Amino acid sequence: MPLELNLNLASFTEKHRAVPLQPNTMCDVLILGGGPAALAAAVYCMRKGVKTGLISKDIGGQVIETAGIENYIGYKYIEGRELVDKFRDQVKQFEIGYSEGLKATSITSDSIKKVYLEDGNFYQAKALIIATGKSSRKLNVPGEKKLTGKGVAYCAICDAPLFAGKRVAVVGGGNSGIEAAIDLAKVAEYVTLIQFRDKLTGDKVLIDRLDIFNNVTILLEHEVLEINGTEDVESIVVQDRKSDEKKQIDAQGVFIEIGLIPNTDFVKGIVELNQYGEIKVDCACRTNVPGIFAAGDVTSVPFKQIIIAAGEGAKAALSACDYVLKV
Amino acid sequence: MPLFDEKKKKELGDIFKELENNVTIVYFTQEFECNTCKDTKTFLKEIAGLSDKINLDIYDFQKNSEKTKEYGIDKIPAIAILDSKNFDPGIRFYGIPAGYEINSFIKNLLEVSGKREALPENIKKRIDSIKKDIHIQVFVTLVCPYCPSAVMAAHRLALESDKIKADMVESSTFTHLALKYSVTGVPKIIINEKHDLVGAHPIDKFLHVIEKI
Repeated sequence: MPLELNLNLASFTEKHRAVPLQPNTMCDVLILGGGPAALAAAVYCMRKGVKTGLISKDIGGQVIETAGIENYIGYKYIEGRELVDKFRDQVKQFEIGYSEGLKATSITSDSIKKVYLEDGNFYQAKALIIATGKSSRKLNVPGEKKLTGKGVAYCAICDAPLFAGKRVAVVGGGNSGIEAAIDLAKVAEYVTLIQFRDKLTGDKVLIDRLDIFNNVTILLEHEVLEINGTEDVESIVVQDRKSDEKKQIDAQGVFIEIGLIPNTDFVKGIVELNQYGEIKVDCACRTNVPGIFAAGDVTSVPFKQIIIAAGEGAKAALSACDYVLKV
Repeated sequence: MPLFDEKKKKELGDIFKELENNVTIVYFTQEFECNTCKDTKTFLKEIAGLSDKINLDIYDFQKNSEKTKEYGIDKIPAIAILDSKNFDPGIRFYGIPAGYEINSFIKNLLEVSGKREALPENIKKRIDSIKKDIHIQVFVTLVCPYCPSAVMAAHRLALESDKIKADMVESSTFTHLALKYSVTGVPKIIINEKHDLVGAHPIDKFLHVIEKI
């Protein structure tokens, strides 16, 4: 039986020069985020020779949860985590201040910008690049928060094997929901896909692939009302939006795949946001605050793609470096 | 049929050139091996064969009961890593460290051999202040890309403190334990049986929970 080994060779062989970012340090540019926008920005800033720090909750962002990528130019096909490894190793070859694992909780917009992290420490810089991307939208139903990590999940790639032989529900009929249902149908006893609208909105290719499984039920025009369970998820209650009939479905897992929201809570009131909560930027990645720049999925850029995020990150870095060198 | 192809063997061999001192892998299995134990043995034998600095000791869980007791092994397959002075820093892998966990395993071999990245000063101080006995179990699946960072953080803590022991536990190999601790999302970190963290948390968060115990 061939043994699957996902060796990240570069992390062991590349000379990593990144250093831990010390609290209370003063940088020229601080980059918040760990996805392609943030990492591209980091490479550009370091090559410009400005003192740079990168603060990320989780390196890789949405890319690390993506299976196959076929439209990042230069790669006909590459796995998300492989691409993240390449981005990360390219950044770590520089002597960049690096902080991983902690979230930013607030920032200030004075001429010296301050960033506060969840551990209470703060960092300062002349310019900020906000590239914090997006995270999973929550259902906001009773039981969801309490049972997160106890049956309520948002990443099918990681957690599908834990539901082998169990009954699971997937909420969301777009590409993410359908892909999650496919991954789960392979191992779970039964999968119920719950879609709010009257049809699945994913690509035909995926819908056809899901159709092959005979342990899947699709409930269109249904809404999840609550998730129940004492210690772990035991069942969910859904409502048929046409007939108002309520049904209880036994499930030991619920995967929520209903879209993404921008990670901008920590900058509300500091930078201008659009009606979707995204940071408004111009074509040079400037926000309404001098010295604060933003890039990638967290911004108002019209299309959210890895290659676009990387491009925006580079732009934001060049804008930020220009700003720092003139100030 | 070897588990590692020629290319992988060369890549791993090159990584192992960075080993500073010798390390010993201690492996517990039994006479009538399940598939996992057998695969793990083959895996470890091939790894040990790639460097003169890696030794491998294999013990039978039941027949070598004094060793089982000495290392506190309660389930198999079980792997411990000792340094060049045969000192046991308290690092365990329960289940085969394949998939993404090969990165944790290789990192641990390098770290126990002496090749370690610097830790920030405040983290070092907090680790030194831990006076209670701490047992960390990190439940993983081999297909989860977030899990290795949790395993590496836990094992680094074990390496840095005599008070801390840390285990990687492969969830589908030990389903009864995954059930006992209600593991439905990985990585799931259990500290001293009662305290849990779900998700890949950095060392800072581990310490936060440990300091409150």
